Amino acid sequence: MFRHKKIYWLSFIFLSSCIEDAPLDSLSPAGPYARSIDELFWLTFWIAVGVFVIVQGALLFSVFYFKEREGSPEPKQIHGNNFLEILWTIIPVMILAAIAVPTVQTIFDLAREPEDALKIEVIGHQWWFEYKYPDFGITTANVLVIPEDQPVRLEMWSNDVLHNYWVPKLNGKKYLVPGQKTYLNLQADSPEEFWAQCGEYCGLSHSKMRGRVISMTEADFASWVENEQSYAEKELPESSLAAEGQLVYLNAGCTQCHVIDGVWDVQGDRIAPNLTHFANRNVFAGAALKNNRENLTKWLANPAEIKPGTFMPNLELTEKEINALIAYLGTLK
Amino acid sequence: MTKIIQPKKQSNIFKRPSSETGIWSWITTVDHKRIGIMYGYAAFFFLLVGGIEALLLRIQLASPDNNFLSAAEYNAMFTMHGTTMIFLAIMPISAAFFNYLLPLQIGARDVAFPRLNALSFWIFIFGGVFLYSTFLFGTAGAPEGGYLAEEVSRLGSAPNGGWFGYQPNAGMKYSPGTAMDYWAIGLQILGIASLVSAFNFITTILNMRTKGMRFMRMPVFTWMTFAVSFLLAFSLPIIAIALFYVTFDRQFGTTFFLTEGGGDPILWQHLFWLFGHPEVYILILPAFGIVSEVLPTFSRKPLFGYPAIVFAGFGIAFIGFGVWAHHMFASAISPVAQAGFGLSTMVIAVPTGVKIFNWLGTIWGGKLSMKTPMLFSLGFIGMFLIGGLSGVTHAIVPADTQQTDTYYVVAHFHYVLFGGAMFGIFSGLYYWFPKVWGKMYNETLGKIHFWLMMIGFNLTFGPMHWLGLQGQVRRTWVYAEETNLAFWNLIVSIGAFIIALSILVFMANWIYSRRKGPEAGFDPWDARTIEWSIPSPTPVWNFSKAPEVKSLDDFWHMKYDEDEEGRPVKRDTTDALLLELEEEGLNPKEDIELPNPSYFPIILASGLPFLGYAVIYKSLPLAIVGVLLILIGSFGWGTEPLEEEFTEDTENE
Repeated sequence: MFRHKKIYWLSFIFLSSCIEDAPLDSLSPAGPYARSIDELFWLTFWIAVGVFVIVQGALLFSVFYFKEREGSPEPKQIHGNNFLEILWTIIPVMILAAIAVPTVQTIFDLAREPEDALKIEVIGHQWWFEYKYPDFGITTANVLVIPEDQPVRLEMWSNDVLHNYWVPKLNGKKYLVPGQKTYLNLQADSPEEFWAQCGEYCGLSHSKMRGRVISMTEADFASWVENEQSYAEKELPESSLAAEGQLVYLNAGCTQCHVIDGVWDVQGDRIAPNLTHFANRNVFAGAALKNNRENLTKWLANPAEIKPGTFMPNLELTEKEINALIAYLGTLK
Repeated sequence: MTKIIQPKKQSNIFKRPSSETGIWSWITTVDHKRIGIMYGYAAFFFLLVGGIEALLLRIQLASPDNNFLSAAEYNAMFTMHGTTMIFLAIMPISAAFFNYLLPLQIGARDVAFPRLNALSFWIFIFGGVFLYSTFLFGTAGAPEGGYLAEEVSRLGSAPNGGWFGYQPNAGMKYSPGTAMDYWAIGLQILGIASLVSAFNFITTILNMRTKGMRFMRMPVFTWMTFAVSFLLAFSLPIIAIALFYVTFDRQFGTTFFLTEGGGDPILWQHLFWLFGHPEVYILILPAFGIVSEVLPTFSRKPLFGYPAIVFAGFGIAFIGFGVWAHHMFASAISPVAQAGFGLSTMVIAVPTGVKIFNWLGTIWGGKLSMKTPMLFSLGFIGMFLIGGLSGVTHAIVPADTQQTDTYYVVAHFHYVLFGGAMFGIFSGLYYWFPKVWGKMYNETLGKIHFWLMMIGFNLTFGPMHWLGLQGQVRRTWVYAEETNLAFWNLIVSIGAFIIALSILVFMANWIYSRRKGPEAGFDPWDARTIEWSIPSPTPVWNFSKAPEVKSLDDFWHMKYDEDEEGRPVKRDTTDALLLELEEEGLNPKEDIELPNPSYFPIILASGLPFLGYAVIYKSLPLAIVGVLLILIGSFGWGTEPLEEEFTEDTENE
């Protein structure tokens, strides 16, 4: 009985691990691009399964049927068969040709620039993605917001090493290359939150170079755009914790790299995320952390502890400064 | 009594080495069998090291957000695991087989250039030692301007840019320190070793075949050696140039791959994979050769479609140069290139399929003797089939853009290189064990090894397909708990330790059987090719007289006739013939002239790491030492006494 229970338990785990939602699952397409890939994958998969069953079956059959037994006769010495050779050359060629047609078609379909696509620029940094909406004058990071049911054309490049942009439920991967532009189309069926992940090994914290893509209804997207276009408030209520936090931001060294529109603009390279609407983003630090008080405290205390190699220094902030800064970041909506 | 002709104890720089036993006899040997054995042991050592690195990776990934290894350590471990397994384990194990078997299979006394053979081995050793000295001397750190919470440990001071070394991440700005220089220069040195042996084997096959050994009578393993040698000769110069570019970028400020100086990081990918894809066939074709020897022997049938298998092998080698960009489908290439390389990748599946079908044709209707080598060869077909089919899914470019850079790919190439190449290699190790040692391995332990490895292998790499499709990217130091990847990662890690256990069983069997194994006799498998017509262990002179080959599978036809049904019938003369062969093989009638040992290959080879250190540390004295060693080695080599000075050694009489 015990043994049976164990089997039930194991099969439960097995099934649950299959059914449970994996946010990076490439087999649950949520948009037309991913779906066309998915269809092609399953077509190939089932053909492969067919070939596998036949060939592996022939192998296993031979192993059991032709296994040496007592009194097995010596086998006939057959050196080959031209008909068979031609047959097992031509059949695979025909199968592959059949798969090749939709493959080539899909390659060009996926590469085509859709009409009326929203253009968004994606810039790869070690280790986070930056997004710019040239039509709206928006710059943001980590969380890409797109309208539902509308094609989005990403124009991508990298600021440092190679990265690879991947939102498994929306499309396949595409590299971000320094000094060269690449393009990727995304489209989501409905309002949903998706995970993104850098695919190409890009240094120490590659595994923590993640992202989110949030698709919104048209109305929500319009109000999101409007809000993103606004600047942060420079004058904060005096002697509030947030005002103290703003002073920390202005004086502790954050302004070397981080822009907050309306408060501070960085001169030179903007190598860190724009923080103007930080509080609206549900993740930070390359989407490695959820945006909450506990995580922010950890991160501000020592960023390299969480993302080895990060370009954000440990500013040796006191607990008080960290609390103030978190309060200030919370106002950046 | 036999006379082995020996040279006069003459000297140019050193006295000519003359030890026949002991450490010096191994260091100075030019005997292809001893070099093969040394290649085998060295490669197996590196296989263990690479395996330990893999276990460390698997401990780290056994649970989500784990902290067993730091990011620097993890990245160093996966870089070294890949580099080690490819360049220091599988390639040299294949070289061990080539060295030991090639002359035996074509009826030669040695390879064409015995000292060159020793040189290639010693360059491999020094290259491996140089690469691994990074754990002692190398340095690695955060990219320029980045911060680390803790110092990088020794374990993390190994190369960390991936075995593929993508630029610009592997450049000086993003991978500072010396570790990646050890990688680039280490591979450069190892490449020389492979090039040297490639030309040696090509020449050997073209010139040293015994009487009657026409091309279409050569064993398939010899054919595959031939194909691999051409692959090496054509692909290694590409990576050599690319590695020179990298070293110059890192050390001397050039910008071949750096955008800021007008270079192109994608150029590196093209160069690397133009080498890297043929490299895959360099790793797998030797296993094809081994399996094509084992299956007929243990099925008691000739290889089905011998010419088809040979030409398919060369077809694969040839097309293998035209598919490289399928490693770059997500990279910056146009849809036209994607379509072209997608189609060429599909094309290569055809000759691969032809091979698999012909192997099935070989065992079909045979009398299969389920000995360990046969188990591994059959396992090879089954596992390689899976790797081949998942490979076809990579040719479907849109699907590949989902799969590339995920564990799906990791699963795929482990099914090819472990389920394929390594299963083939283990098959060969068991198959030729009695030939090399004259003893028989333990069959029970062999079978335990096979089944443990089969289970462990599938437990490790099977679920990786699923993990990849569920979004686990490669080279990932940690994965988030929310991704729901934990369960299968744990299973994978358990599987990895089962593989490790199976390797221990293999080692126990090897060590035990070499000492205590029963005498094997010279033809324990009733085999087909001429290396089995000589005594085991192979005498130092290989063949007491050059054999004359009359057909494919010559040794088999010496033993067996066919009745009218086409079934083999033992000839009346066979037993007498076998006795005679053994007697003759041990006591050659004619005088035997063997290539003479030499100090110079190891001296020449030892100069290369000094040059490597000299480049990394910009040290003139080290460069001078390196150049001097190479000069002494070459000069001594060139002036070493040749055959005309041979005198007969009468001490043996």
